[in-house]
Amino acid sequence: MLKIENLHVSIDDKEILKGLSLDVKPGEIHAIMGPNGSGKSTLSSVIAGSEDYEVVKGNIFYNDENIEDLSAEERANKGIFMSFQYPVEIPGITVTNFIKTAINSNLKARGEKEMPAGDMLKKIREKSKLLEIDSKFLSRSLNEGFSGGEKKRNEIFQMAMLEPSLAILDETDSGLDIDALKIVANGVNKLKNDDNAIIIITHYQRLLDYILPDFVHVLQDGKITKSGDKSLALELEEKGYDWI
Amino acid sequence: MSLKEKLVSSFLAFELDTDIMSNVHKIRSQSIKEFEKIGFPNSKDEYWKYTPVKKILNEKLTLFNKKRHLIEFDKVKDFFLNGIESYKLVFIDGMFDPLWSDTTHEEADVCILSSVLEKEKYNDVISKYYNKLVNSKESFSLLNSSFSKEGAYVHVPKNVVLDKPVEIVHINSGGESSLMLQPRSLVVLEKNSKAQIIESHYSLTGKQESSANNVDDFIDPLTNSLTEIHINENSNLDYYKIQNDVETSSIIDNTYIDQKSNSEVSCHTFSFGGNIVRNNLNFYQNGTNVNSILKGVTILGTNQHTDHHTLVHHANPNCESYQEYKGIYDDKSTGVFNGRVVVDKIAQKINAFQQNNNLIIGDNATVNTKPQLEIFADDVKCSHGCTIGQLDKEALFYLKARGINENDAKGLLTYAFANNVLENVKMQVLKSKIKKIIADKIGVNLGFEL
Repeated sequence: MLKIENLHVSIDDKEILKGLSLDVKPGEIHAIMGPNGSGKSTLSSVIAGSEDYEVVKGNIFYNDENIEDLSAEERANKGIFMSFQYPVEIPGITVTNFIKTAINSNLKARGEKEMPAGDMLKKIREKSKLLEIDSKFLSRSLNEGFSGGEKKRNEIFQMAMLEPSLAILDETDSGLDIDALKIVANGVNKLKNDDNAIIIITHYQRLLDYILPDFVHVLQDGKITKSGDKSLALELEEKGYDWI
Repeated sequence: MSLKEKLVSSFLAFELDTDIMSNVHKIRSQSIKEFEKIGFPNSKDEYWKYTPVKKILNEKLTLFNKKRHLIEFDKVKDFFLNGIESYKLVFIDGMFDPLWSDTTHEEADVCILSSVLEKEKYNDVISKYYNKLVNSKESFSLLNSSFSKEGAYVHVPKNVVLDKPVEIVHINSGGESSLMLQPRSLVVLEKNSKAQIIESHYSLTGKQESSANNVDDFIDPLTNSLTEIHINENSNLDYYKIQNDVETSSIIDNTYIDQKSNSEVSCHTFSFGGNIVRNNLNFYQNGTNVNSILKGVTILGTNQHTDHHTLVHHANPNCESYQEYKGIYDDKSTGVFNGRVVVDKIAQKINAFQQNNNLIIGDNATVNTKPQLEIFADDVKCSHGCTIGQLDKEALFYLKARGINENDAKGLLTYAFANNVLENVKMQVLKSKIKKIIADKIGVNLGFEL
């Protein structure tokens, strides 16, 4: 589904990713762990299509298509989703109206009809229940004045609504207390199936207690230095990143 | 002959038609004398520095209608709120139009000023409230006071909550190209009362469609409006101004609001078009625990110009004021915001907030924004801020990462920027109407109900 080959990425002439490769197949959950400044957030932003970064070398293939020249919205239309580490506050537009616009924009871009209002409402109800989101929350301005936990829950709610085939969760566990963490993890697990894939980007392994990864990769200084299964995460937690 | 000379000499002709023995006429005579002394402002005046007022002061402007013009309802029905009962005061080319109006004298008076000025039973109210707040050094106010005889009159007695909102609609028929209108309104809320008022100005035709034989003869109409508002103790007024006119019409609007203790007034100004629009919105807090809310959304394109000059005079302790103005400027449009806050020495423990944010969309659009705080008390909280900029890149990426294309994302963010000012609009019908105008002005096709 996602194949990254020898990816080199710079921002303002500073190289951040220095030859990263990754292969994600449908139905898999990959965790990418690494210390601060290792390039974790750069990786997620680059996959999502941020224009702040420059791909110097290497390729990103999504469903066998090279997506380097695709804009962020085109990538989203094709089913790539990123849960933001710091979701942007947008006063003046409600959560509901935002998600309606997003869903219909994707449908339109794929040449499909807009979702009927009744179906939309039903889906919003269903998915907000999954993430234990109050209906009052849905009529608030997008992310404005939300707590850290509310913002993250709202990101996963959007993921549930958009049903992407590839979801990148960028530090979704940061700012969450244990109850919110469980709700978010439960939501993600319910959304997981054999056709989609998830990349979890995290500093700590605690989210991985609730969302079990098939693969764990260690990202250090812009490269993946070690890959393994779930036990690698535990080992990292115990021994720290210097151990590698 | 300059426009000033022409207006001054028109006063004699104007007098022929009015009761020169009345008290109001003394005000008129004094005002025209004062106007003759000071004349029109020009761009050398600090107060008018950024508004090219000269452009609209054409010497061919006239105060007098040639005839009464009739208009089909179909052409103007969108000027009213739909799906809601309201009192209506409709003026066509400055003259009251009884056909589409809906006045009352039952619980409160919602009627026309000309009849109030004529009838003896209103003498007390007029002598107590008429022309009491007007700045006697301001040219346009003086001019309006000189020629004022028609406009809205709203008087809500004590302990009355006005059951329906009042719509004051001024329509320029376009039948007479060079009219200079002088609408004058008086609003009085006695103690413990409440009202909602929506004031709007529209012109039916612009230059191209004018009935003037030669398009070159068409002189852009000018409205010089003045409204005095007196809010007594424990009363509450929501005032909305809708300025969504054709690109050839200009308006100078002077609004003076006096607030007594424990009163609250919110005034929203929606400036969505016109040639030159100048709003002088003046709040005087003459009591304690007064709250004044001033909000505005300005959306302009082409060569349009809007200027908001606000004044909040905190003359008493323990009061609040809140100003939030947002502007969106496309093409070569220009905007001005000048927010003056005066805090007297005795006005301790007040909280004055002021914010003016502007989005520049057009490469040649300009905004001049200036907070002007004059604080003489020492235990107060006053804050102000202004920004001029473009859409937030991070927000744009966030929307795009959700699959919304760049154009729609920009439209949605621009809409959100303006929409955020509407939260205090309590009337749902009006809120939807304004939201639709905003979406339309921005040119965004929103996929949700407004």
